Amino acid sequence: MSGDPVREGVESGDDTAVSDLGFDGEPDTVPRERANGYDRDATPVIELAHVYLSFDSPLLDDISLKVARGETLVIAGESGTGKSTILKLMLRLLVPDKGDVLIDGERINDLSFEEALEVRQKMGMVFQGAALFDSMTVFENVAYPLREHTDLDDDEIEERVRQKLEYVDLDPDKVMGQLPAELSGGMKKRVGIARGIANDAAILLYDEPTSGLDPLTTGTITRLIRKLQREMGVTSVVVSHDMRSAFLVATRIALLARRRIVFLGTPDEMAASKDHYIRDFLGDL
Amino acid sequence: MFHPLKRLNEAAKRAVHAVQSYFLLAWNAVRFIVARPFYGGDIIQQMDSIGVQSLGIVLLTGFFTGMVLALQFSVQMAQFGATMYLGRLVTASMIRELGPVLAGLMVAGRVGSGIAAEIGSMRVTEQIDALNTLGTDPIKKLVTPRLLAALVMLPVLTILADLIGIFGGNVIASLYVGIPTSLYWRTVWEQIAAGGFLLRYIPTDFIQGLFKPFVFGALISITGCFFGLETSGGTEGVGKATTRTVVTASVLILTTDYFMTQILLYILP
Repeated sequence: MSGDPVREGVESGDDTAVSDLGFDGEPDTVPRERANGYDRDATPVIELAHVYLSFDSPLLDDISLKVARGETLVIAGESGTGKSTILKLMLRLLVPDKGDVLIDGERINDLSFEEALEVRQKMGMVFQGAALFDSMTVFENVAYPLREHTDLDDDEIEERVRQKLEYVDLDPDKVMGQLPAELSGGMKKRVGIARGIANDAAILLYDEPTSGLDPLTTGTITRLIRKLQREMGVTSVVVSHDMRSAFLVATRIALLARRRIVFLGTPDEMAASKDHYIRDFLGDL
Repeated sequence: MFHPLKRLNEAAKRAVHAVQSYFLLAWNAVRFIVARPFYGGDIIQQMDSIGVQSLGIVLLTGFFTGMVLALQFSVQMAQFGATMYLGRLVTASMIRELGPVLAGLMVAGRVGSGIAAEIGSMRVTEQIDALNTLGTDPIKKLVTPRLLAALVMLPVLTILADLIGIFGGNVIASLYVGIPTSLYWRTVWEQIAAGGFLLRYIPTDFIQGLFKPFVFGALISITGCFFGLETSGGTEGVGKATTRTVVTASVLILTTDYFMTQILLYILP
């Protein structure tokens, strides 16, 4: 596409194969995109078209991506390559210098601040450090989007909060009254996910969901992302450099290097790649 | 030769941009006062944090300022045999200048820095981004309640600082100078009535004394929020934001006080 030898696999057609790296001893025999009702040909839920962005120096050059409904796209790359910036573009926390960002087919570049807030309600975001409001309890954090954007009464909100906390394997009676400072890193991440799905958002964006976590907690969070894919069919974009976890959750992986997407394909295609950069990036995985 | 000019140009651009952002933030914070949703709980919480929790420090400084004013004036006025007018001088100084300015400076130090630290920490831990992604405008949620609370509480704190300052003057007048309390309070009232009344009942001194803290409240809250929202560079950035807030808010209070005094003396001599 660009003549870049590393750019193999970009926009490759066949991505039906799925990594057989099972989780919990549960072999993954069903192609992940079919299991999720993911349809590559449908109108993409998220689309970046020829996006350029610079701050003091160029950060993203001609980035094009499509994320289909029910898909989990992992954006991988070295630190400082602009992975999290792509999430901020999708949320319209940043506006590209050139190119388009579309959510559900709607171009969001030119939306007013208030209109952008509306679009963001379709999305849930799980931040690297969880970004829980530290002056609020766990209950208030998870209830926040419900209080802001729904007409649910207090009992309904409590019921929904309990349901979401249970969904992320937390004991509501134990954690609801706690402040974020009293939680472990993994629990904070799970509360962050519960807050992200409280409003039944159709799109979930994860920024380094497993960074800074021990291997067991990393497994728990990875399992949770898979569960959300499987049971709720949410469209997910995961920014991560934890490739073990990425291979477990991704339907496709985009590798970002030198300001561009140098690889876009399924985990199996990535694992089979002979490209030196990709082999170095994957290490002994 | 060219290089320093270029840097000067860049610095000037940054300064103009910062001033523009400051006024834009202030405008949006004011605009959201009448826009739904209203964060009533946050406003009450901020009124407690800005007003009630600043009461101690404002009363303490007001009391000692009133005492030191009475002490200094008594020495000077004794030379002219005019110590009986001590109440008038203390009252005029406290109501017109020292009450508003001292309350403003104390709140800038205590509350302005707190606002910058809180919002700055929220910025560096991505809580501001989280608000945005949850469909909440951070200005509406964080800045407007603080602005409203400061607009209400600064005048209240100033009235209390004025009262306790005048009372401090009374303590010195009766214990040190030997002026009877009844005479002291009569001269206090004479001073209040001397400037005349607006709409028959509102002493013009009060107008001057209460307009200033209203403006100072806006300056302190917007400055704290501005530097908090602009924070970058982790915890070190939070420290810088608090320092900048206290310095900027204090300078703004003292400079706008001068210009407001000029204007108010022209309008209400």
